[in-house]
Amino acid sequence: MALIGTASVEALQPEALARGEADRPHSAVVRFGPDKPLSLDAGGVLTPFQIAYQTYGTLNAARSNAILLCHALSGDQHAANVHPVTGKPGWWETLVGPGKPIDTDRFFVICSNVLGGCMGTTGPSSADGKGKIYGLDLPVVTIGDMVRAQAMLIDHLGIEKLLAVVGGSMGGMQVLQWAASYPDRVFAAMPIATAARHSAQNIAFHEVGRQAIMADPDWRGGAYLAESTSPRRGLAVARMAAHITYMSDSSLHRKFGRRLQDREGRTFSFDADFQVESYLRHQGEAFVDRFDANSYLYVTRAMDYFDLAADYGGVLAKAFRGTATRFCLVSFTTDWLFPTADSRAVVHALNAAGASVSFAEIESDKGHDAFLLEEPEFFAITRGFLDAAARTVGVP
Amino acid sequence: MALTERGASDLTMREAARAESGKRVDLLLLAEMVAPGSRVLDVGCGDGELLELLARTRGCDARGIELSREGVNASVARGLAVIQGDADVDLGDYPDDAFDYVILSQTIQATRRPKWVLEQMLRVGRRAIVSFPNFGFWRMRLDLVMNGRMPRTENLPYSWHDTPNIHFCTIRDFVELAGEVGAKIERAAALDASGHSVRFKMPWWVWNLLGEQAIFLLTRKG
Repeated sequence: MALIGTASVEALQPEALARGEADRPHSAVVRFGPDKPLSLDAGGVLTPFQIAYQTYGTLNAARSNAILLCHALSGDQHAANVHPVTGKPGWWETLVGPGKPIDTDRFFVICSNVLGGCMGTTGPSSADGKGKIYGLDLPVVTIGDMVRAQAMLIDHLGIEKLLAVVGGSMGGMQVLQWAASYPDRVFAAMPIATAARHSAQNIAFHEVGRQAIMADPDWRGGAYLAESTSPRRGLAVARMAAHITYMSDSSLHRKFGRRLQDREGRTFSFDADFQVESYLRHQGEAFVDRFDANSYLYVTRAMDYFDLAADYGGVLAKAFRGTATRFCLVSFTTDWLFPTADSRAVVHALNAAGASVSFAEIESDKGHDAFLLEEPEFFAITRGFLDAAARTVGVP
Repeated sequence: MALTERGASDLTMREAARAESGKRVDLLLLAEMVAPGSRVLDVGCGDGELLELLARTRGCDARGIELSREGVNASVARGLAVIQGDADVDLGDYPDDAFDYVILSQTIQATRRPKWVLEQMLRVGRRAIVSFPNFGFWRMRLDLVMNGRMPRTENLPYSWHDTPNIHFCTIRDFVELAGEVGAKIERAAALDASGHSVRFKMPWWVWNLLGEQAIFLLTRKG
């Protein structure tokens, strides 16, 4: 296994592939010109900009069967198809597909790359209107900006009202933002393993990741693309630190314990003696091949800034006042990044707002990652909730 | 009568009544107490059977709290809004007057703080409906007197050391508790062992003897 920092020629190939995705992605793209600027929470507008997205299934004649999936920090629009850079299955392929809980035989499923991302939607690795790569000249974006951009995509697709908006982690933040900003356009909302505000602990972890990137000399003050370098070590370390937060103590123990990696005993060195070290290094390396370091800065920042209640006078219930959207929240028992208490706080606010809300805490030892894995009870509740929503709206 | 004494193929009267209409008699009686189109919270809603009945036949905006994940899953699959939670804790999270009715069906005996739960129900809802197994029922008394052991019935088959039912009460006990929390008894009904409602007016002590289950509709006093 290659050690971090010694980027071989082979390793650079997928990275080059990933860079190509920024402007010419293997996805449908909608370009919004100067006539359709995106207003930003930071002030000012972003124009021109583009959104890359995937769709699965067919939009019905009544345009009533559309489900928007919102991806997490390290995800992208390739939810249920082979990833064009990694060649791996989509990140939610177990949940989304024909006959699956998010059934593409019934529903028209949309997933777009977030604003600030690196897979074809405008982000720091995209070229600005004059052909120059943004880098840190891209304004800092928020979850609110991401959702406003998605709403423009949904307009473009001619969909007035979404049957459901579904997402986990940062995707769940977008779901909550959708429900707050566009209550009349969301029939059902499913925020999974998420929170209405990013906690101090989570901001702290993100700051570690960002500092790792910015401490890499190859980051070049954010101008690494123009200078043909790549802060691989920094981004890999950021991913390694973050990856620990996605797992639980028990799942790390079950997967690796204290087992050694391909060796009989300790080497009395700083090589990756332990399987868990080797695993993390691999996770870091693999991530660098498909993700842009500046995107990591922007997207983590968007999560840090997320505090839905703050936009409504500090009272979360006010974000949902009078809403007709039906909600179903899910948390996982060993998720310490977005613990059940975060979901319960949202449930509490929704109750105070008189909203229709369901909530279940799913037993799992897989930590935050559980929302991306096959958890039968989570799948059952997703299927049941969406099925009931479809029945109510009259989607066959 | 202990469950173990009953043949596996025997049907109790209640089960027979259920088989006929497809619904439990106590649930039908309970649903009758709810005004059409009202907002209802069912505390300990199980798989959502009562909520669905209320939504379908009474046009209610029906919500629930349920401790078991299986119950929540089943309820959500029925299209109901149900929160996984514990009545002993989570009722406190609801705002005042959020519901027209708060229902506690066959659950009060399993709560840790029955009095607190009842107080919360009357805070969150303008009315509370409580149904519970009556420990003053004559068979219970007979079982205890004759066998000298904690009664077990077909509806309450658990042994004393392994039961979720930690706070049994009789109809008289409940009437007293209702008074303590300042509730007014609007309506009351008792079901006999065959699941039929004890129709005619009787003093509490008769109901306490003949009623296997009781249903109370309470409102806040004043």
